[in-house]
Amino acid sequence: MRNNLQWSGQRWLNLLLLALWSTLFLKAASPSDATFLSTLGELREASYSDKESIAERLGKTGHPSVRAVLTALMDDRLYFRNSDQKVFVVKVADADPLSLVDPLTLKSVGSAPADSLTKIGTNNALRRVLRTTVAHFALSSPDVAVRLDAVQDMMHSLDEPTVATLRQRMAVETNASVKKEIATALALATLDGSDPAGKLKAIATLSQSVSGDVRNRLAQLVDKSSDGSYVEGDEKIRKAAAAALASIDWWRNFYSGFETLFFGLSLGSVLVLIAIGLSITFGVMGVINMAHGELMMLGAYTTYAVQSAMPDHIGISIIVAIPAAFVVAGLTGVLMERTIIRFLYGRPLETLLATFGVSLILQQTVRSIFSALNRSVITPDWMSGSLRINDALAITYNRLYIVIFTLVIFSLVLLILRRTRIGLDIRAVSQNRPMAKAMGIPTEWVDAMTFGLGSGIAGVAGVALSQLTNVGPNLGQSYIIDSFMVVVFGGVGNLWGSLIGGMSMGIVNKLLEPYAGAVLSKIFVLIALILFIQIRPRGLFPQTGRSAEDK
Amino acid sequence: MRHKLSFLSAALSLVVAGIVTVSAVAAPDTIKVGILHSLSGTMAISETTLKDTILMMIDAQNKKGGVLGKKLEAVVVDPASNWPLFAEKAAQLLEKDKVAVVFGCWTSVSRKSVLPVFEKDNGLLFYPVQYEGEESSKNVIYTGAAPNQQAIPAVDYLWKEVGVKRWVLEGTDYVYPRTTNKILEAYLLSRGVKKEDISINYTPFGFSDWQTRVAAIKKFGSAGKKTAVVSTINGDANVPFYKELGNQKISAEEIPVVAFSVGEEELSGLDTKPLVGHLAAWNYFESINTPENKRFINQWHAFIKNPKRTTNDPMEAHYIGFNLWVKAVEKAHSTDVAKVLSVLPGTETPNLTGGMAKVLPNHHITKPVYIGEVKADGQFNVVWKSAGLVPGEAWSHYLAGSKDIEADWVTLNCGNYNKVTKKCAGQNYK
Repeated sequence: MRNNLQWSGQRWLNLLLLALWSTLFLKAASPSDATFLSTLGELREASYSDKESIAERLGKTGHPSVRAVLTALMDDRLYFRNSDQKVFVVKVADADPLSLVDPLTLKSVGSAPADSLTKIGTNNALRRVLRTTVAHFALSSPDVAVRLDAVQDMMHSLDEPTVATLRQRMAVETNASVKKEIATALALATLDGSDPAGKLKAIATLSQSVSGDVRNRLAQLVDKSSDGSYVEGDEKIRKAAAAALASIDWWRNFYSGFETLFFGLSLGSVLVLIAIGLSITFGVMGVINMAHGELMMLGAYTTYAVQSAMPDHIGISIIVAIPAAFVVAGLTGVLMERTIIRFLYGRPLETLLATFGVSLILQQTVRSIFSALNRSVITPDWMSGSLRINDALAITYNRLYIVIFTLVIFSLVLLILRRTRIGLDIRAVSQNRPMAKAMGIPTEWVDAMTFGLGSGIAGVAGVALSQLTNVGPNLGQSYIIDSFMVVVFGGVGNLWGSLIGGMSMGIVNKLLEPYAGAVLSKIFVLIALILFIQIRPRGLFPQTGRSAEDK
Repeated sequence: MRHKLSFLSAALSLVVAGIVTVSAVAAPDTIKVGILHSLSGTMAISETTLKDTILMMIDAQNKKGGVLGKKLEAVVVDPASNWPLFAEKAAQLLEKDKVAVVFGCWTSVSRKSVLPVFEKDNGLLFYPVQYEGEESSKNVIYTGAAPNQQAIPAVDYLWKEVGVKRWVLEGTDYVYPRTTNKILEAYLLSRGVKKEDISINYTPFGFSDWQTRVAAIKKFGSAGKKTAVVSTINGDANVPFYKELGNQKISAEEIPVVAFSVGEEELSGLDTKPLVGHLAAWNYFESINTPENKRFINQWHAFIKNPKRTTNDPMEAHYIGFNLWVKAVEKAHSTDVAKVLSVLPGTETPNLTGGMAKVLPNHHITKPVYIGEVKADGQFNVVWKSAGLVPGEAWSHYLAGSKDIEADWVTLNCGNYNKVTKKCAGQNYK
């Protein structure tokens, strides 16, 4: 997605340049224009397999607007007008009205209502052909990321002309990472040849790579064919390939271990995020709040509402949703505390039942307002896609942001509790209520604020969850157990315990998952937790001192 | 005084007459049609549409004069996505309301729950959803696809047309995916696919943390052979699954996912960006251009008063089922279940996408099979279609346990006949 963004900016710059170029040099319709147009016209009626050959023929015409037109076809932006069958590129697909661009001059030629044009469709096979065809053109793009993508696309189909194009580019390429990628592609092509010295050199180059394509190609070299003889006759080459293969496999395993660790951290940070709010209401105040999950759900629905209110600014809607969710869930929390919970302090069973009732009321309210169907919260572009570290490792942006987000929220809560007046009050009341009261702290007000803070943070967690899971009335139920587990494991009333507890539960879960499956690994974690609580009933980091004894 | 009295009695008799006529409309001159679909709970999303489909069909049939000169009357009950409640509501429809026929159920577990009720009370159920097979009841007509009408052709398409060599069978953990995957695994092994080229995995309902699974699929698919995912993932777990595929940059061009439970209705409430190019196998797509389909879509939009509502495969199954029932009733000149069941096998009605749907002796029907690629607008682009109509098979040829079993309600009068031991096991009504 990220690449696409740069892509489109780039594309329009190119289009502009090409348009300028064509107005300067292509005043009159040349014969190549005519062939180009008629080949383009064939696309209207062709079957998908015919379209593939037409796309290849278009690529060979060398017409200045080929790249723009084929890119448009790949992005579903190539249409023809129903009235006169003329083919057009449109600026944005599926818009109404469509703004048209002439395929020859690439100049804007006004707009037309969507139903007066028909889209020229594509399928997977055709898109694959288009991608490699377009890659040839993209190789000369001034943008490094576009060139890198192009080389990677070309690596899948290394035929003669592709290799020749890559050789040409290698001579003029200046960027080191693109150069390295082209070298890898050329080395792969060399392996298909018959020069043993060249092959050895190629293997040496390839052993630096961690890409799966390279690994598979090298594995073919050491393979035996069905009659028991080696595919590759030269023993020296086989040995070199085996050594390279071992090194690549080692690195790939290393990165895959790193990936698992990151998965664990990301699951852990979700657990921590949903537990921070609870560790305040349950941990500090001792209220068993069964509606905690529903407060998260409110946060997720707030995200949806904010997005619906600002459909043109999806990118920042998530940022706006964070304070909005904090306020909505926080106020709901204060209301709950003032109207129900404050009458039930010291009666945990009644609190449990009452908050469970509140959770049902909240669910039904949401069902009545938004319907029982899931709402689709759109992932903004900056949160989709992944950060590519190398061929073997890529980290998805949404998870990365959530890890960071969790750490930020955690630090903020810690700051509030340790460094602010309200934090001091909260700690004082939780440690010794009568003494705090004697010192003139308005304990009732502090109770409401504490509960509001915990609830607000649950709402903020809901914003993050809306990006990971479905936003529906039952969202809270699926997370409530997990959040209690983290708080109990980490030690009631200890924020650091929740952090360490959540993270370690996430990592253990993800380490087990490839072997045991998603269901079993969760069960193992639960059993381990039960055993752990038997040994240390107060969790990882129990509260010490007199206040702990009183509870 | 007298005058007043007569006026009063006249008014009274009018009221009485009114009551009589009202009850007369509801009593002997109508045929009751039961609709057993969840209108609340998790399945309401999908099943409410099917209730509306049958109401629309009944409405249209009544405008044509009803069946056998009588109007049809819908009896709608709500089993609330609660499986045991399905059985209770089915008993209510059959025993209290005495309906002539029931259209209903979606999940396999709800069908299994009502099955004993229909067999005990000798009711007639039209079941409209693609399912795992391995069943043939005397009292059920299966208008959805059996595995050989959806799963097997989809795998064949990937194998022959796309050149897939490695398979990931990814499913939600319950009876339909488990049975379907068992059949598919046996089928792939029988076609010479090696065991190490098949990876099977299950996740719970509503699963959302797909990162490890998708990374594993990516790894499995990077072994140099063309890989595809056959997805029996059901319900809303699909949304985060496709999102994660998009985020980890697995495009449909590299590793296509073919889904058996994702249709137009499911796509309509969803951001389709990450799904474009992925596949679905069904017997019907809204985008298929035939005059019957166009008429059906227009009728649907007019009935539901919303031109944006989509149509989907189970709706077509209900359309077929309803028409089959009407034809059979007219042929039998009766709504008696035994008589209708005796004429149903062999009854034919047009599909919405071309060809005729014919009830087979095993109580399944003939269907065309289509494979479609998801387009950005949430519709499907048909990329493959079966050569002709595929007859539904109740018992799979590829499973050791069901290979020798045959269902035939015409000559054998048995849904579970073992050709080797020549015995009718289980569902035996002789």
